[in-house]
Amino acid sequence: MENNTHKLEIFRGLLKFKSNETKIWGVLIFLSIVTIVEVALGIIKPDVLMVNSILSVKIINWIFIILTIVKAYYIAWDFMHLRDEPQGLQFSVTISLMFLIAYLAFILLVEGNYIFDVMYEGFVSWNF
Amino acid sequence: MSSTITTSANNDEDLWDGGNKPFKASYGKIMMWFFIVSDALTFSGFLVAYGFSRFKNIDSWPIADEVFTHFPFLHGVDAPMYYVALMTFVLIFSSVTMVLAVDAGHHMQKNKVAVYMLLTIIGGAVFVGSQAWEWSTFIKGEYGAVETKGGQLFQFINQETGKRVALDEFAIESRSDRVQHESKNGVWFLGEGSLPSFTPNEVIAGVIANPQIVIKTEKIDANGRKIILSREESLKEITQAIYVVEGANLVNNEYGNRLFADFFFFITGFHGFHVLSGVVINIIIFFNVLVGTYERRGHYEMVEKVGLYWHFVDLVWVFVFTFFYLV
Repeated sequence: MENNTHKLEIFRGLLKFKSNETKIWGVLIFLSIVTIVEVALGIIKPDVLMVNSILSVKIINWIFIILTIVKAYYIAWDFMHLRDEPQGLQFSVTISLMFLIAYLAFILLVEGNYIFDVMYEGFVSWNF
Repeated sequence: MSSTITTSANNDEDLWDGGNKPFKASYGKIMMWFFIVSDALTFSGFLVAYGFSRFKNIDSWPIADEVFTHFPFLHGVDAPMYYVALMTFVLIFSSVTMVLAVDAGHHMQKNKVAVYMLLTIIGGAVFVGSQAWEWSTFIKGEYGAVETKGGQLFQFINQETGKRVALDEFAIESRSDRVQHESKNGVWFLGEGSLPSFTPNEVIAGVIANPQIVIKTEKIDANGRKIILSREESLKEITQAIYVVEGANLVNNEYGNRLFADFFFFITGFHGFHVLSGVVINIIIFFNVLVGTYERRGHYEMVEKVGLYWHFVDLVWVFVFTFFYLV
């Protein structure tokens, strides 16, 4: 087992930990803060973020999705120690997943939206 | 010169027994990554299907923090999301103890690995227990609702307080001769679930008799809130009620769209099943650590492999939490 090959920097070198163990606690604190922010936003639901939207997605939902991906990155990179793996493994895992999931989500969400439109325009009656 | 190209830096003898190490990862670890990637696609299939159904009913989908408002031992307290957030912390924390176990394994510290594995198992068990509680609360329901002929769901609000009202607070019981079917009474009878506490007519009578009761519809307005009908509209619409819905099952639920409960059961159930199997696998590895299997083997890679699975379960929960409870 490689013992001293851990990369101990997170946030692109902004934070450097002394040992792998302290890095784990650091990442835990970061993930907790992100989760607390998410839950607080979900409970308060500020009107500004709820009403306005960018690319027809509410700002609050953009924030949730981006924070989730940030969390996913740190879980994969530090807990699943992808950070210490060769670049080939990192990319094999992440690129294939990102591509396939984005593709699937795009197709099905567009289709769902289309069906909603058909119902909404009154072509098919919903409440009979 | 050999006639084939091998990438193995090791001796060629164990080439077909996992001796080849692409990406410097052993056979077992690469296979765990294969499993994780494919399982991630299964979960994204579930979540995207949820997104599809939600987009299809975008103007009437239930709002999650109006559904998950319960906290154990706090009855009648409106606590949206708090318990799910707590469950998220439990899972992240058990993930941390798992990394610490892997790290201790790298340093061949048997006792430390065992302690951290035990903490991970406890965290996982707490999470599964919480999910069971969450399910039972969801299935039992709190207020009850009625469903119309067109499949819409009506919940009830007290106009004066603006709070939800349970059916038994206003429905007027009438003597009813509708009795539970039993198989001894009919030749063609197949089966019947338990009857709800009220008939639709009792609920309709209750709405007419209580001037403060209005209907909360499934529809969502421009600000993302459920539309509440006026008293006159409520009186008109309530006559369409044909079913009383209490709690949730796979057919209908008192929270809104029928698909909502189905996705709740399938997505959190499938995830809960992963956590459960993770706990079982962790227990097996924990005992292996105790009897010194990995000490004799000379490395704790097995702990690292189950660790990968455990973190993956945590990773999935992060997404389920966002897309089911927050967005």
